[in-house]
Amino acid sequence: MNRMSWFNAVSLTLGFAFLYIPMVILVIFSFNESKLVTVWAGFSTKWYGELLQNEAFLNAAWVTIKVAVFSSTMATVLGTIAAYVLVRGGRFMGRTLFSGMIYAPLVMPEVITGLSLLLLFIGIGLDRGVFTIVLAHTTFAMCYVSVVVSSRLVTFDRSLEEAALDLGCSPAEAFRLVTLPIIAPAVISGWLLAFTLSLDDLVIASFTSGPSATTLPIKIFSAVRLGVSPEINALSTIMISIVTVGVITASLVTKHQVARQKREEQAAERA
Amino acid sequence: MRRFVLIAIPYVWLLALFLVPFAIVLKIALSDAAIARPPYFPQFDWAEGIAAFIAELDFENFVWLTEDDLYWKAYLSSLKIAVISTFFTLLAGYPIAYGMARAPEEWRPTLMMLVILPFWTSFLIRVYAWMGILSNEGFLNQFLMWIGVISEPLTILNTNSAVYIGIVYTYLPFMILPVYSALERLDGSLIEAAEDLGCSRLTAFWLVTIPLSKTGIIAGSFLVFIPVLGEFVIPSLLGGSDTLMIGKVLWEEFFSNRDWPVASAVAVVLLLLLVIPIVLFQRNQQKQQEAEQ
Repeated sequence: MNRMSWFNAVSLTLGFAFLYIPMVILVIFSFNESKLVTVWAGFSTKWYGELLQNEAFLNAAWVTIKVAVFSSTMATVLGTIAAYVLVRGGRFMGRTLFSGMIYAPLVMPEVITGLSLLLLFIGIGLDRGVFTIVLAHTTFAMCYVSVVVSSRLVTFDRSLEEAALDLGCSPAEAFRLVTLPIIAPAVISGWLLAFTLSLDDLVIASFTSGPSATTLPIKIFSAVRLGVSPEINALSTIMISIVTVGVITASLVTKHQVARQKREEQAAERA
Repeated sequence: MRRFVLIAIPYVWLLALFLVPFAIVLKIALSDAAIARPPYFPQFDWAEGIAAFIAELDFENFVWLTEDDLYWKAYLSSLKIAVISTFFTLLAGYPIAYGMARAPEEWRPTLMMLVILPFWTSFLIRVYAWMGILSNEGFLNQFLMWIGVISEPLTILNTNSAVYIGIVYTYLPFMILPVYSALERLDGSLIEAAEDLGCSRLTAFWLVTIPLSKTGIIAGSFLVFIPVLGEFVIPSLLGGSDTLMIGKVLWEEFFSNRDWPVASAVAVVLLLLLVIPIVLFQRNQQKQQEAEQ
């Protein structure tokens, strides 16, 4: 089974070409001299220079990062609590409704989530801006965090927590000293997921932002509607490189951790 | 007491920012549009009491949705686009997942990462990348004219074909991952047994591999179908003026026409449309979990 058949080789090659060629073209043409994005006119980095001088884009990027940091951190705290309550909380009144509210936002069309939150903010007279986007992003991202964390909580051995409690830990100490270190990788990947979702979101941010707060996706969307532009290509290239470096680093770190864990287990077996 | 607080924090948050907003959408869907701020009627007024308030609500907007065929057409065409593009995503995703599951074991983590990487990249940017490829002077037309397949550029951008390409491209990882995880678990000796018993490779694939990867296929299809039904970014960037999708209609109803009650009614109907696939998806996931245990 280890030899690849030609069919599999061809389907993998074509598949990954389809996934990557559009992004490669985007990156190459961000270094194009010409304003016409489809005609190559020589190498240049001038669009990056123009991007760095474009105040509107820089402001939007700053707003986006602020929103993403606040909302993903809040979402991680709330989502972890929600996952803990769902997996360890036992039965309580309204549990079905609670788990429904955790899963529903995952499949909800963004236009509906955005519309409903906007109507709420207007209903209670809250001025739209950075704060309302943070509230909106926290709400849908916490559900993703809670799904990631609860899948980790389900698989881990409960007797470890019970042992800590028997040995005199308070429940809070048992959570901090035993549970949290074990679920930490899931909490971190939940935070990363929440952060990316927030960076990425156009639709919900468009509904819940006011004139004072424009995020990068909103800015990109309104620029892109007018057609392709080399400046947006440069911006996309920067964003693609950040994600690529992040994903590769994360996967190397996990690989390293898995290898270390294996070595430790082997050492423990020998001892 | 501590347990109560722990449950209450996320509970109250979701009630206030998820459930209550829905109640508001439903209420506004039953209201009438008005030239006021906010632009709908009736407003809730404690002095007049609840009975008087409820008496003002009606189903006019929903009747309007059935009368104006724009909405009907938009719902139907969203359904059609979602079904067709799910099918094409499966057609493109299955061979990739299959190739990954049959690849040498030491390659698989890298291949996995290559599938997940686009998922972390901005959705908007991935859709935007196709605008430069599909336009009249775009790379696809340049390429096709260069190899001599066509002499005149094809119009692809701002048509439904561009929408299909965009959907297949952006949702491909959602299809590949569940199908791959189903195929990876598949026991290779079953296929060998089928071949030993006289099946050709193709029949063995059709009779053994496909049925055993069914849960992955179903999960992937719903993961594509459900979000595509309410998709907004792809039809508005790649589609043309004749591309009708309900997410786009809702957006325009709200931002351009500023008809909040009709936009809310559109949202309520879209939600009802999604209930069936979501319930089916949930059931498939449960079956899969039971099978694993």
